[in-house]
Amino acid sequence: MIFNCLITGVGGQGTVLVSRLIGDAAIAKGLDVRGSETIGMAQRGGSVVSHIRIGENIHSPLIPTGKANIIIAFEPAEAVRVIHFLAPGGRMIVLDRGVMPVSSSLGKTPYKPAEMISYLKAEFSRPKEDQVAQAGDEDRLIIISGDELVKKCGDPKVLNTALLGIALEKKFFPFSAADMLDVLKKRTPAKYLEINMKALGLGRS
Amino acid sequence: MKKLLMGNEAIALGALRAGVSIVTGYPGTPSTEILETIAREAKVSGSRASRAYIEWSVNEKAALELAAGAACSGARVLVTMKQVGLNVASDPLMSLNYLGVSGGMVVAVADDPGPISSQTEQDTRRFGLYAKIPVFDPSTPEEAYLMIADAYNWSERYGRPVILRPTTRVCHSYASVEILPDLPQKPPAGFDKAEGRWVIFPNLSYRSHIKIEEGLVKMGEGFSAYFGNQLIGDKAPAEEGDDPVQAPTLGIATGGVSYAYAMEFLDPLPPQAKLLKVGTFPFPASLALKFLNGLDEVLVVEELDPVIEDELVRLCGINQLKITIRGKRSGDMPNAGENALASVGEKIESFLKRKIWVNISDLDKEELPETTLSASGLSPAFASLSEVPPAALAAAAAAAAVASGPPPPEAPPLPVRPPVLCAGCPHRGSFFAVKEAVRKYAKGRKAVFSGDIGCYTLGNAQPLDMVDTCLCMGAGITMAQGINRAEALKGNSDSLNFAFIGDSTFFHTGIPGIVNAVYNKADIIIVVLDNFTTAMTGNQPHPGMGRNVLGADAEKISIPAVISALGVKAIEKVNPFDIKTADLAVKSLIEKSGVRAIVFEGPCIAVSKSVSPCIVDTAKCTGCQSCIKKLGCPAISIQPVSAGAKLKALIDPVLCTGCGICKEICAFGAIGGAAL
Ligand code: SF4
Ligand code: SF4
Repeated sequence: MIFNCLITGVGGQGTVLVSRLIGDAAIAKGLDVRGSETIGMAQRGGSVVSHIRIGENIHSPLIPTGKANIIIAFEPAEAVRVIHFLAPGGRMIVLDRGVMPVSSSLGKTPYKPAEMISYLKAEFSRPKEDQVAQAGDEDRLIIISGDELVKKCGDPKVLNTALLGIALEKKFFPFSAADMLDVLKKRTPAKYLEINMKALGLGRS
Repeated sequence: MKKLLMGNEAIALGALRAGVSIVTGYPGTPSTEILETIAREAKVSGSRASRAYIEWSVNEKAALELAAGAACSGARVLVTMKQVGLNVASDPLMSLNYLGVSGGMVVAVADDPGPISSQTEQDTRRFGLYAKIPVFDPSTPEEAYLMIADAYNWSERYGRPVILRPTTRVCHSYASVEILPDLPQKPPAGFDKAEGRWVIFPNLSYRSHIKIEEGLVKMGEGFSAYFGNQLIGDKAPAEEGDDPVQAPTLGIATGGVSYAYAMEFLDPLPPQAKLLKVGTFPFPASLALKFLNGLDEVLVVEELDPVIEDELVRLCGINQLKITIRGKRSGDMPNAGENALASVGEKIESFLKRKIWVNISDLDKEELPETTLSASGLSPAFASLSEVPPAALAAAAAAAAVASGPPPPEAPPLPVRPPVLCAGCPHRGSFFAVKEAVRKYAKGRKAVFSGDIGCYTLGNAQPLDMVDTCLCMGAGITMAQGINRAEALKGNSDSLNFAFIGDSTFFHTGIPGIVNAVYNKADIIIVVLDNFTTAMTGNQPHPGMGRNVLGADAEKISIPAVISALGVKAIEKVNPFDIKTADLAVKSLIEKSGVRAIVFEGPCIAVSKSVSPCIVDTAKCTGCQSCIKKLGCPAISIQPVSAGAKLKALIDPVLCTGCGICKEICAFGAIGGAAL
């Protein structure tokens, strides 16, 4: 069994940390991991994508088109940008707050994140022959309100961990929230641990 | 024990396992984390790394030369850099190969197909062939971890430096890597004067050249049996019961991360194909000849230069083999940019002239070899055939999508996201101050802004638009001089030439350009953007910071003092967040002539604490948009307060660092601190 997870967002949103946490949690479970991250110039406000592949005998560090079991998107337009990676029946979790590129702010046609969200909703509710309808299908697209999550977190800088917490609670991964907590404790410096643990636990409330 | 390692971490741990004791380098994406990992390991007391000497050198040439001294004294050394850094280090490296080393030297040079974060798409495999230095080209973090130990052995066996060349998708991919026990470490023998072989004279060079050529031939032979090179799916022609019809006639030759992409589609390998993986240069010719034997056509899948392709064409020529080699030269593969998984799959599918996976059930499964890969000793057995391969799923999904009822909704146009200076970046204030001062105080004069390599190259983006040239590290200062000379020849005697350079780049190769300017009486304004770190590559220390790679205290070299010592008389030092003072400082320099300098000192957001974000008083904001149009801070957007309402500025509290520049720009006093 191969489990593929794609994490996407805008440079600076903390996607790399989340992908490393997932990788570490998998390896702690004795699973093999392979993946790839965006590091460098694009981290200055560009589109960033992390590929995480869990399972045996995986060759490519990148996920093939149409093979991502889950996608976690920190930004609505970035979710749309990678939707072709999603496998039939795959699930997606999206934070609804748009990150406005400077070029859009300067331009005549500002980017409207709400349009991206409605597109995603339409795309997910479209019947497809290859997808056998099954119980819980309505859960395939989970849209998280950024404003509410910021309020709950207290600190907007841990939105990334909070989103991961929600994904764990929805049982997106081949490991549990408790497994992730162990990894978080090992990886996070003491002064950030408490706020991150709180953020990770948000999914449960 | 398995550990989750990024490719660069695997290289670092592999080098430590092999007993490296001197590590030098200059940061450059995608190579930076190699040296950083070794510095991190050095904090574990009693570890091998803690006994090693590690430094961020001021540039790649200095890094390589220091390591050369140590390797001539018997130490195992590692030098790290990116491909363009190798250009800077190429002078000592070319000669060192003639001089030789007594301790193993691995130069880890990371290439950047795409390019993703670079100025060029140069291929270090080609550089190795040109410099007559062997190159190890890993395809995964696991392989890189093993290869670097072998690289040290080859280096010592032949007494020459070797190159390890990972590419971005190996450096920045990660995998669970089996950590092996440390290999024995020999202490360096020390410098041996008596040998008298460390002085490069023409006579020595001639004799060395002969030895180098002999060594390359031997290495090529040895590499044919090396694990980094693999021939998969080869069937011995004389095998009993072998059906000649079934002998493979199609070949795929690949290397680096392209091998991993190819295997995603070729595991298991169809019976009519064989695969050659090339992981070293000099080219493993005898293995390649075995691969070519019996083939009609070969598809070469590689990134950057057609290196494997050229070697195969050459082999076919020498051996008069009538085989079609398809690759970049033949126009079958793209000759620029990085390979994508999907495009590699498509090329392979069309080369094999059938939808290999979609029609897999058409094949007689009996004919499919089961353990070709494990027989080769590198990879474990095939994934089971019952697991549907990825391309089949994608194709099935696409087919199903076409067949299903309602047409897919059309995706809204996606915003483009070119990289920009971060919210709160001190460079924004510096560029803005210079731009405004030129507009106000240099009316009618032609101003040209030469940039350099670093985050501040992003000053080219709208609305700042403050980078007219950018060539390579340190070239801004010298190019500005050249532009000024040409303008003067054209009769433009009051051309204004600014050269922007970062703090780390100043130390890297900026200083000689200033010496040149002062000595030759140039007429330029040098703008040093000092943000107290090497920001673009992830905040490494440099000589201006009073801190070394291990975080320990270091001698702090003052940039203004260096500029002054070089003979520049007019020097200003300002805080880029203080727009008004900066404006006057730039004005005073515009009014002078000769070589003058301004040093903007303001910390990168990654090394400073942000204060509370600024907020917009929507009652005062007129929606004039001058904040975003003048500064282009990514934390500012212009949006209606509620649906259908008038447009107002909005500051994203997640991104805003409270730097306050926009507060000074707003003519209506609409922006304030959190207290507003
Ligand atoms: S204070 Fe203004 S310019 Fe500075 S980061 Fe915040 S929004 Fe951007
Ligand atoms: S905050 Fe000030 S500068 Fe920005 S749009 Fe409003 S009034 Fe104009």
